[in-house]
Amino acid sequence: MSYQGKKNIPKITSDRLLIKGGRIVNDDQSFHADIYMEDGLIKQIGDNLIVPGGVKTIEANGKMVIPGGIDIHTHFQMPYRGTTTVDDFAQGSKAALAGGTTMIVDHVMPEPGASLIEAHDQWRQWADEKACCDYSLHVDITHWNDSVKQEVDNLIKEKGVNSFQVYMAYKDYYQMSNSELYEVFTFLAERGGIAQVHAENGEIIAEEQARMLQMGITGPEGHVLSRPEELEAEAVFRAITIASQTNCPLYVTRVMSKSAADIISQARKKGNVVFGEPITASLGTDGTHYWSKNWAKAASFVTSPPLSPDPTTPDYLNTLLSSGDLSVTGSAHCTFSVAQKAIGKDDFTQIPEGVNGVEERMALIWDKAVTTGKMDENMFVAVTSTNAAKILNLYPRKGRIAVGSDADLVIWDTDAIRTITAKTHNSAAEYNIFEGVELRGAPLVVICQGKIVLEDGNLHATSGVGRFIPCSPFPDFAYKRIKARKQLAVLRAVPRGMYDGPVSEFSMSRGGTPSASARTSPTKQPVRNLHQSGFSLAGNPAPCGPPTPDDIPIRPAGRRIVVPPGGRSNITSLS
Amino acid sequence: MSGYQGKKNIPRITSDRLLIKGAKIVNDDQSFCADIYMEDGVIKQIGENLIVPGGVKTIDAHGRMLMPGGIDVHTRFQMPDRGMTAADDFYQGTKAALAGGTTMIIDHVLPEPGTSLMSAFEQWREWADSKSCCDYSLHIDITEWHKGIQEEMETLVKDHGVNSFLVYLAYKDIFQLTDAQVYEVFSVIRDLGAIAQVHAENGDIVAEEQRRMLEQGITGPEGHVLSRPEEVEAEAVNRSVTVANQTNCPLYVTKVMSKSAADVIAQARKKGTVVYGEPITASLGTDGSHYWSKNWAKAAAYVTSPPLSPDPTTADYLNSLLSCGDLQVTGSAHCPFNTAQRAVGKDDFSLIPEGVNGTEERMSIIWDKCVVTGKMDENQFVAVTSTNAAKIFNLYPRKGRIAVGSDADLVLWDPDVTKIISAKSHQSTVEYNIFEGTEVRGGPLVVISQGKIVLEDGNLHVTEGSGRYVVRKPFPDYVYKRIKARSRLAELRGVPRGLYDGPVCEVSVTPKTMTPASSAKTSPAKQPGQPIRNLHQSGFSLSGAQIDDNVPRRNTQRIVAPPGGRANITSLG
Repeated sequence: MSYQGKKNIPKITSDRLLIKGGRIVNDDQSFHADIYMEDGLIKQIGDNLIVPGGVKTIEANGKMVIPGGIDIHTHFQMPYRGTTTVDDFAQGSKAALAGGTTMIVDHVMPEPGASLIEAHDQWRQWADEKACCDYSLHVDITHWNDSVKQEVDNLIKEKGVNSFQVYMAYKDYYQMSNSELYEVFTFLAERGGIAQVHAENGEIIAEEQARMLQMGITGPEGHVLSRPEELEAEAVFRAITIASQTNCPLYVTRVMSKSAADIISQARKKGNVVFGEPITASLGTDGTHYWSKNWAKAASFVTSPPLSPDPTTPDYLNTLLSSGDLSVTGSAHCTFSVAQKAIGKDDFTQIPEGVNGVEERMALIWDKAVTTGKMDENMFVAVTSTNAAKILNLYPRKGRIAVGSDADLVIWDTDAIRTITAKTHNSAAEYNIFEGVELRGAPLVVICQGKIVLEDGNLHATSGVGRFIPCSPFPDFAYKRIKARKQLAVLRAVPRGMYDGPVSEFSMSRGGTPSASARTSPTKQPVRNLHQSGFSLAGNPAPCGPPTPDDIPIRPAGRRIVVPPGGRSNITSLS
Repeated sequence: MSGYQGKKNIPRITSDRLLIKGAKIVNDDQSFCADIYMEDGVIKQIGENLIVPGGVKTIDAHGRMLMPGGIDVHTRFQMPDRGMTAADDFYQGTKAALAGGTTMIIDHVLPEPGTSLMSAFEQWREWADSKSCCDYSLHIDITEWHKGIQEEMETLVKDHGVNSFLVYLAYKDIFQLTDAQVYEVFSVIRDLGAIAQVHAENGDIVAEEQRRMLEQGITGPEGHVLSRPEEVEAEAVNRSVTVANQTNCPLYVTKVMSKSAADVIAQARKKGTVVYGEPITASLGTDGSHYWSKNWAKAAAYVTSPPLSPDPTTADYLNSLLSCGDLQVTGSAHCPFNTAQRAVGKDDFSLIPEGVNGTEERMSIIWDKCVVTGKMDENQFVAVTSTNAAKIFNLYPRKGRIAVGSDADLVLWDPDVTKIISAKSHQSTVEYNIFEGTEVRGGPLVVISQGKIVLEDGNLHVTEGSGRYVVRKPFPDYVYKRIKARSRLAELRGVPRGLYDGPVCEVSVTPKTMTPASSAKTSPAKQPGQPIRNLHQSGFSLSGAQIDDNVPRRNTQRIVAPPGGRANITSLG
C-alpha cells in the first residue's frame, strides 16, 4: 500500500506524539489502543508501545479517536466578479481544523474560455501559501473543446487531479449541453476520473427567474422559488442516465432536496455507480429562512441548489446518509460578506451564492445522525472521512487510523455541547446560517500532520503548512465495478447476408423526418477514437441484450399458450 | 353534457336508419342490455321496445357486446419522409382502422422545420378529406420554435379545432427543441388550453450513441435499439414531466415503449402531475427481440422510435399498467414503410424510416392481452380504447360513449372469435406485419361508422372521402379542471421588506469574471424583446399578505429528543 505523494512528507518537522488510552474508531470497527506518531505518520498502534523517552503524551481517557474529517467540497478564496469570498485558504482551513476537519478539497473554477491548468496553478499557489491543513483540488470544467480535453488529460496524468465537475445550471455561463456531458463523461471514464455534477436544470431556472422578476419578486425568496427541487431532481436523473450510458462513475455535489436524494438512492438500487454529497447546510437547516424579513439574513442562505423550504428535509437527508444511500459530506463552504451579498439587493439573481459550513460539518452530523441513533460512530467516520478518501483514491493514507497513515486525528468529545454563533465562529462572515443551533459533540483535540492544532479550546494553526495531496486516477472504490461492466458491455452486430432487394429513392437534401437522424450520423463528426475506447470487437464476448435468435424468433409467436383468465400474467405482481 | 363540437358538419351524412336489437351496451362505466336506434349518423334512442319507423334495417346482436367505436389517437398515415411517403395513405389506413373496430383516428401533422404550421395543416386536411373513410382529427407537431409559430398555434386552436401539439425531445438538429423552448411551448399551450404531447427520448444521447454504434460497425436494425436504450426514454419522460409541472401544463406522453418510461409516468401521477401515457399496439403486443432477426427486412420492419424494448416481459407490464389506470389511452403510431423504403437504411440503421403497423390490430391485441387474461374488464377496455381518448381531446361524449345524441360510431364485438394476424390478410399495404403469426381472441363482428355499416360478415364496405374532420375545442374538462384549480393556488408573493441600506460591494461588470451566482444574462431585464407571458392572462396574483409574515421560524429552540426518538429512521421504510 504505497501512498501517493510520499515525496511531500519531508516538509514536516519531526514531531513525536503519543495518544494513550483512546478508543480508535475506523469505519469498520472500534477498538482500544495507544497510537504513536512521528514525522506526521502513524508509526505504531497497540498496547504497551515502546516509544522514545520524553515524547509528548495525550491522555485520551477512553475518548474516541477518529480519522480527521475530510471536507470534500470547499470554495475558499473564490474569485467573484472582482472580489473574493471572505474566507481565504488560511481563514477557511483554520475554521476546518477548529471543527475537526484535517483535509479539504477545494474546487478550482476556471472562467469559461480560460485554461484549466493555469487556473489550477493559480489555486495551488493560493493554497500553498495559506492553507493550514492538507488539501486536494477538484477542477471544474466550464467549457468543452479539444484543448480542454488535453488539459484534463494532463491534470489527471501529471497534476494529481482525479475529479472534475460539470455544470447543468448557469445557462450561458458554465452550463453544458447533454452532448457535451456525454463527451466529458466518456473521456473521464477512459482516463479514470470521477465526474462530478452540479445538478440543476439551468434552462428552466432561467425561465423561472425571468418569471419571478416579472412578477416583482426580487428578494432572496425568489432564489428558491425559481429553483424548485424538482429541477434539481430532474438534472440528477439526467446526469445518472448519461453516466450510465457512458459507464462513468458519477458524483452529485450538493444534494439539497428529498427528491434529488431519492433519485440517487433509486439509481444505486438499480446498480448505477453514483455517489451523493449532502452538505452541512442541507443536513442542518432548511430554506424557510429565505422568507426572513431581514434581507441580510435571508441572503446569507442563498446557495444553489437552494435549501429546501420543506423543514423535514434535513432529517430525511440525515437518514439517507445513515443508510448509505448518500455517501459523503462536504460543506460547499463559500462565504460572502453582507456587503458582497448586497450586490443583489434589488435582484436575487445577482446575489453571490454560497453558505458557511466547514467548521460545523462534523459536529452537526454527529448531533443530527449519531445522537439520534440513525448511525453509529463507525458510519460517522465513513461519511465524514473514509468514503471521501476512497473516492479520491487517498485511502488508506487519509480516512483511516492505521500504521503508515497520515497522523490526521481527532479526539472526539461526544458530550460537549456548543451553540453555534457568528460571534465565535472562525469564518470571517457576519452571518452563520446555523446561528443559535445547539450541537452535542465536538473535537477535543485535533492533530494535523502529527502536530496538535487544537487543544484546550486553543487553535494553533500555521498558515502555509498545508500540503497538496495528489489524487491518482482509477480509484478502486469506483472503478472496480466500472471496469467489470466495461468488459460486459461489448456490443456486436448481427451477421446477415446483404440485403439485395429494391431500395426506394429518397432525398437527403430535405430536412427529413423523425426517421432521419442522418445529420448527426458519425461519418460527419468522428469524435471518438476506437483505439482509445474500452470496447473491443474481437473475441467471443458475452452476449449483451437478448441472445441472437438464429432465424427463429425468441418466442415462437405463432404458438399460443392458453392460460385461464387472470392466470399467468398476474396483475397483482406489479404492486 | 354540453353541446357537441362540429355539429354543423353533420348534414353531409346521408340519411341512414339502423336498429340494433338485443345488444349488451358497454360504456366505460357500466354495461346494460338495450336496443339502440340510429338516424343520420347519430344515436337517437336507447332502450327497450323502441318506436322506430317501419322498414328500418335491423341487426340482431343476440346479446353480444356493443361498444363505442375505437379511437386511434396516434396515426401517421401518408407521412412524408425524405421524398418518400408512408405506405398507407388515408384511404388504406382508415380502411385498416375500420376493419379492426376503430371508427376515428387522430393523425399527426408533421410540418418540416421552416414551413408554416397552417400550410402543413391545410395540406393534411386536403389529403384526409379526399381519402379518409372514417372521422378524423389532427394533432400538430411543433418542429421549431419562434414567435410566428406561437401565433399560428393560437389560430389553429381558435379557428381550426386543434387542441394538441407534439414537441420532440429527440431527433437532434432536426425536430428537437431545447428545454427552454419546451418550457415556452408548454406555457403557450397551457394558456391556449391545449394538450402538450411529447416524443420523449434524449436526442443528444441518442445521437452520440448512434455515432458509437456505427463506429463499432453495427449498421443493422439492432443498432437502432442499442443506440436508444430505454433509460434514454425514461430520462426524457422525467424531464418533460418536470417542465410540465413547472409550467402547470397538462402532459401527454406519446409512444410509451418501455417499463421504465411507464414507471416514471406512474410515479408522476402518484405525485399528482397531470400526465397521460399512451402505449401503442406495438409495445402492448410484441417486443424488440426481433431487431436481432437474421432477416434484415423483418428486423427493419420493427424500427420505430422509441424502439420496442428487447425485454420480452415489457408488453405484459405495459398491459398491466394500462389495466390499472396508470396508462390511459392507446394509439397505434401506425406509420409503416414497405421493404424497399426501409432499405434506404440497409447500410446504416439511422437512415431506416421509422414506423410500425398497428391500427388494425390495436383493439384485438388489447382485448386478447388484457381482457382475456383478466387484467381489465370490458368497461375498462372501452375506456382505454375509446372513452379516455375522447375525454382528453374534448370529443366526449360525442365520441367515446354510447348515449342518445352521440355519434353512431359503434362496434359489435365478438369476444370469442380467434384470428391469426398475418401480412397476407391484413389491410395495410406493407409486406411485413410485426404481429405476424400472433393468434388473438376477440374481434369486431359489425362495425358502424357515421351510422352506416362498414363491416359485416367479414366484408368491408368503406367509402373513400366520407371521413369528416372533427373539431376539438380547447380546455377539455377532463384535463383542465385540475389545471385551473392549480393555477389559482400557485400564487407567488414577494416578501415585503424594508430597503437594504447597508454597504454594497463594488463589482466589476466584465462578463468574463462572472461566477455561478449570476445568471444575469438570462434575466428578463436584459431581454426586453421577449416578454414571454402576459401577466394578465396568467392566474397569478401579487396581492395578498402572507399568513406567517410576522412569525419568523425560530431555530434557536432545541427540542431535546432521546436518541432514536423523534427522528425515526424506520419511518422511511
